[in-house]
Amino acid sequence: MLNAIWETEGLQTVGIVVLVFASIKLLHLLGLISFSEDSVEDELELSAVRHRPEGLEQLEAQTRFSRKELQILYRGFKNECPSGVVNEETFKDIYSQFFPQGDASTYAHFLFNAFDTDHNGSVSFEDFVMGLSILLRGTIQEKLNWAFNLYDINKDGYITKEEMLDIMKAIYDMMGKCTYPVLKEETPRQHVEVFFQKMDKNKDGVVTIDEFIDCCQNDENIMRSMHLFENVL
Amino acid sequence: MAAGVAAWLPFARAAAIGWMPVANLPMPVAPTEKNKRQDELIILNVSGRRFQTWRNTLDRYPDTLLGSSEKEFFFNEETKEYFFDRDPDVFRSVLNFYRTGKLHYPRYECISSYDEELAFFGIVPEIIGDCCYEEYKDRKRENAERLMDDQEDNKDAKLPNMTFRETMWRAFENPHTSTMALVFYYVTGFFIAVSVITNVVETVPCGSSPNMKEVPCGERYTVAFFCMDTACVMIFTVEYLMRLFAAPSRYRFMRSVMSIIDVVAILPYYIGLVMTDNEDVSGAFVTLRVFRVFRIFKFSRHSQGLRILGYTLKSCASELGFLLFSLTMAIIIFATVMFYAEKGSSSSKFTSIPASFWYTIVTMTTLGYGDMVPKTIAGKIFGSICSLSGVLVIALPVPVIVSNFSRIYHQNQRADKRRAQKKARLARIRISKTGSSNAFLHSKRNGLFNEALEFTVRPEEQRLSKSTSLLESQHHHLLHCLEKTTVSAHALPEPNQSTNHEFVDEQYYQQSYLEAGLQSYPSRSPSLSSQDGVTGTCCTRRSKKHHTPLPNASAPAHMQPLTHTHQQCLQELSTIHIQPLSTSRSSLNMRVDEPAPLNCQSSQITTAIISIPTPPVTTPEGDAHLPAGPTHQNVVKVSAL
Repeated sequence: MLNAIWETEGLQTVGIVVLVFASIKLLHLLGLISFSEDSVEDELELSAVRHRPEGLEQLEAQTRFSRKELQILYRGFKNECPSGVVNEETFKDIYSQFFPQGDASTYAHFLFNAFDTDHNGSVSFEDFVMGLSILLRGTIQEKLNWAFNLYDINKDGYITKEEMLDIMKAIYDMMGKCTYPVLKEETPRQHVEVFFQKMDKNKDGVVTIDEFIDCCQNDENIMRSMHLFENVL
Repeated sequence: MAAGVAAWLPFARAAAIGWMPVANLPMPVAPTEKNKRQDELIILNVSGRRFQTWRNTLDRYPDTLLGSSEKEFFFNEETKEYFFDRDPDVFRSVLNFYRTGKLHYPRYECISSYDEELAFFGIVPEIIGDCCYEEYKDRKRENAERLMDDQEDNKDAKLPNMTFRETMWRAFENPHTSTMALVFYYVTGFFIAVSVITNVVETVPCGSSPNMKEVPCGERYTVAFFCMDTACVMIFTVEYLMRLFAAPSRYRFMRSVMSIIDVVAILPYYIGLVMTDNEDVSGAFVTLRVFRVFRIFKFSRHSQGLRILGYTLKSCASELGFLLFSLTMAIIIFATVMFYAEKGSSSSKFTSIPASFWYTIVTMTTLGYGDMVPKTIAGKIFGSICSLSGVLVIALPVPVIVSNFSRIYHQNQRADKRRAQKKARLARIRISKTGSSNAFLHSKRNGLFNEALEFTVRPEEQRLSKSTSLLESQHHHLLHCLEKTTVSAHALPEPNQSTNHEFVDEQYYQQSYLEAGLQSYPSRSPSLSSQDGVTGTCCTRRSKKHHTPLPNASAPAHMQPLTHTHQQCLQELSTIHIQPLSTSRSSLNMRVDEPAPLNCQSSQITTAIISIPTPPVTTPEGDAHLPAGPTHQNVVKVSAL
């Protein structure tokens, strides 16, 4: 009789053990459990890009910077981004450091898209220097063009109210909480209304590039402020 | 703001153009950059190794030496470079900080030299990058602990004006300071041992009387044990009260661990005294007796190892907590499994999960009493898994605790070793100090020599003066001026002679001191003992000279103020000598303002001098020196090293 008890028990035990191991294997196959965790990093290694910019002469020809200025710019660029390209995370980091009180990440995102003209997810030195060339040494037309490009998030040629609201909220986010007077919820919205009233001549709810440039050229304040950063470099 | 990011400021400003069309108000005027110069390379010559960098790189941190105009002080006009006489290896890290914005701490570098370099270049160590910060902090902590050990060694010096209370406290804390304290220390230790042994022996069944069963000794010889207990508690109480009286801060003393142990050790006795009459609480009284065993913790005052162990356990509290927590988790899991595995078998001891706890604990710690064993196969399998995992779980946090213990233990060993070597170290310090004071006295002799002969032989003077370097001669001149400055405060037998004080060697001073019979006068300066060089010549010469105007009975009266200022002069000498030696070695910080009893016994070290027979030269300065016996003329002493 003892043998019978042992037999049943033995079978029970074996059954339990087999069941447990099978379930573990099944979960592993399904990918829910991973026993080794080094698979993720292998992919990252290969994607680290090394980008080398075009020659100095070419950049000199394409932009309005002198040779020395390009040298200074490149040194600063390469110092901060040794790999030669800026990806969005780094860009956000750098830009956020200038605005410690608020959250500059949203605006940095829009700015990144404005600089990344070929939309490949990273800003190389050429993109960087082209953008700067327009901003610092460009004509009023070019600057306004650039600004329009910044506001037009989906790059369809029209600025809608939603896009403008996004941009406005991003700008106000950079201010942070501690402002005087205290920022209210509807301040960005009101600001957008004012902007549209000014810019949208035909009241069709969107601002086109011509309306934008026209309106800005007629506004003295804006004209004056466009020349503000000319001696930056 | 990090340095590299400063390079991006032009970009951020340019991007601000994006806000312009949106803004309603006019923008403020931009700051203009006056005298905008082109970026230039500057050369930094650090002890011969040339580093070059852009000027802008250094300007990133304007509140450091290299970033501000402070570096102009180091500008070398001829070579048009900035010269720093510092360590070039550490400078590498400093310059990298400007370049990358991150300060790194090289592991092979000594922490104090690194700190000094950082302080020199005006960089705050807190900005060390995360990669190196842990290492830096660890090394700094180790260094601080080491220095603190050195400081503590100096605490043993006895201050003469301690109150009785302070003396007592010092006797309690450092038993090796006086014999009384040592006696007290051993007596208390003995009584602790006696008390503990009494407690143990009390429960041993000793000799059964024919009519009764075996009784423990405690009940057989009640009176004897009671007397023993009373005596011990009396001693402990007296000791505790004395400590309480002597403690500098009673409140803090009462909160300290040792005092709580003391109280817990003696309280049961007093409670027992009060409560013996009441029969109901006699059970509680018996429980109280358990607390008597805490007397054994009083040994931790006597044993350093126990203290280290206690400190280790305290510092590893988190690891111990983790060990306990993981063990608890494992116990619950395995107890549950065992219970359900053994549920089926008949007459199983695993009646409930808490009942299985005992089995699990015994198995995991590999004790295996065998009072509960699984009978089913599943139970046996899980039981074996349980014991294997028990070994692992317990083995994991143990190395952490061990390494902590090892670190603390080695620290203590180091402290003890240093204490043992202290004597040899002080001896070495004394020699080096003697050397410099010797040099002064030696050159003074030569100098006096020269002054007498200066109108006769020029080359001789030059030859003699060449033997001392410029630094030394300037130093000696300084000490000389000090001598001249001090003027005797009292009128002296020879008023036509201007008198001042002079630096003398200790031997001469001791002799004269003893002769003056002023042994009880509290003298100053522990470094007196360091001036063991005897240039017997100048003193013997002077003593010989002034032997003739033998001081009358009034001289001893005058000697008192003279000796006092003497001590001050000597002390001045010693302070001057100490400063250059001990700037970086804190252990050599002899606190010279702390008066120490003059050790009239001969010091352990004397250096060899041979006195030269002195010509009877009249010295320009008169001395109101103390007469000394002619005994120490032409003395030859041999180094007793």
